[in-house]
Amino acid sequence: MADNTAIAAADKPISWRSPHRVIFLVFLVAFIIYAAQNMRWDWIEKYQAMALQGIWRTIWLVIVSVSLGLALAIPIGLVQVTGPTFLKVPAKIFCTVIRGTPLLLQLWLLYYGLGSLFPQIPWLRDSWMWPYLRQAWPYGVLALTLSFAGYEAEVMRGAFSGVPRGQLEAGRAFGMTPWTLFRRVWLPQALQRALPTLAGETVLQLKATPLVATITMIDIYAVASRVRQDTLIIYEPLLLLAVVYLVLTTIIVWAFKKLEDRLPVKVG
Amino acid sequence: MSIAASAQLVFLSVSTFDLLSPWPPGWGANLLRGLVHSLEIAFGAYAIGLILGTLGASAKLYGGPIAKDVANAYTTIVRAVPELVLILLLYFAGTDLLNKVLVSFGHDTVDINGLAAGIAVLGIVQGAYHTEVLRGAIMSIPQGQIEAARAFGMSTTKVMRRITLPAMLPYALPGLSNLWLVVTKDTALLAVVGFNELTQETRQAAATTKAYFTFFMAAGVLYLIITLLSNVVLSCIEKRATRGLPKVA
Repeated sequence: MADNTAIAAADKPISWRSPHRVIFLVFLVAFIIYAAQNMRWDWIEKYQAMALQGIWRTIWLVIVSVSLGLALAIPIGLVQVTGPTFLKVPAKIFCTVIRGTPLLLQLWLLYYGLGSLFPQIPWLRDSWMWPYLRQAWPYGVLALTLSFAGYEAEVMRGAFSGVPRGQLEAGRAFGMTPWTLFRRVWLPQALQRALPTLAGETVLQLKATPLVATITMIDIYAVASRVRQDTLIIYEPLLLLAVVYLVLTTIIVWAFKKLEDRLPVKVG
Repeated sequence: MSIAASAQLVFLSVSTFDLLSPWPPGWGANLLRGLVHSLEIAFGAYAIGLILGTLGASAKLYGGPIAKDVANAYTTIVRAVPELVLILLLYFAGTDLLNKVLVSFGHDTVDINGLAAGIAVLGIVQGAYHTEVLRGAIMSIPQGQIEAARAFGMSTTKVMRRITLPAMLPYALPGLSNLWLVVTKDTALLAVVGFNELTQETRQAAATTKAYFTFFMAAGVLYLIITLLSNVVLSCIEKRATRGLPKVA
């Protein structure tokens, strides 16, 4: 501990008024003014509605895939800690395969692979699912959800096994049923342990969403590509896109910080 | 239906081997060539990432206020913006800047080699993550070791080479192994800018033969093999690097 305080002392925040920061800020402001005046922004008006819709679609994709992925990750993580072998092995294989192959490949396997197999199944074409299966978004959501579940299940596995045994034994001694024990003791403590990692994983999920543009979903990245193709303006849409993602990341980090602050933490 | 379906299955299983065979009618050779390209990019990007990461971590821990701020801005921006966007930005901006510099010095413009661009771009992205891993690892070293080295009058570079880097290795290895696995999969992103690595070759093969499922599965198996083999090698390295440390319960 004494060793780390030495570093912490050296790490004390630098004031915003220190000379080099002022110079940096001047450069930044100068760049923004230069960009606003000398670069082309006239396309924004035309693509504004599309861009807002794209941003909303990106946010929606992150929220849906993170919620569904977490819901999948909890059982997958749990069976790896406590489940019987016939559940443990498939869960392990699922995590290894998802974490061992690129998301882009998984996405294309689902979209092009399944998409080329499904039309050969006659009853599927007559079912109520067919109108959905012909669109791109179910494949995008499915791929992102499975990917998040694979990564987060590893985190949940660690979180579940990190809950002190005494807590579970105490719960059992109170006569809790396994389900009550899981709901009241095991899951809340595991989630609390997983929360800091969850913030990072959610940011990674946000950064994975532009991949769905490759299967024709129009998220904010696809809008920027569209602007580039239509107007042959290269830098401006990309710079704006980077800023949008920076803002979204900041919001995610801030939201999780708020959530973490609400949890009571006791440092021994 | 069952006869037709089974006939189709037989047809599929026969043609699967033909499609994946490494000799001309099959597309196996293309996939393997893509795999080699992917590995080249992964190794190159990882090496650049290590160098940038070492520089970034030293800047963050030991640098002056300017170096610290620059390193912080680098890691924050690169880690907050999707790799795909960075690849496009750096690819376009990088080639554009290089050509402008070349023209201003009176040379002709050049076409940037896709391989070099891919390595450089992924290397810059990796560097940000390496910075954080190495910074954390250096902070985990008992700082008395570094103070002792300074007290012996070692120069800064000598402290780095003889004490800091070897002593931090066991703490850095889990993070570094993770980054290696990440970079092997990130090479797939270069498919989006049209570079012929494994995923792009796979897509071309699949689009030509219409056997999408077969080829994407095959590529998935190849990626999985890289990951599993890397895991074996990395755990050996980790075992060796931590051989003097007490076991964690």
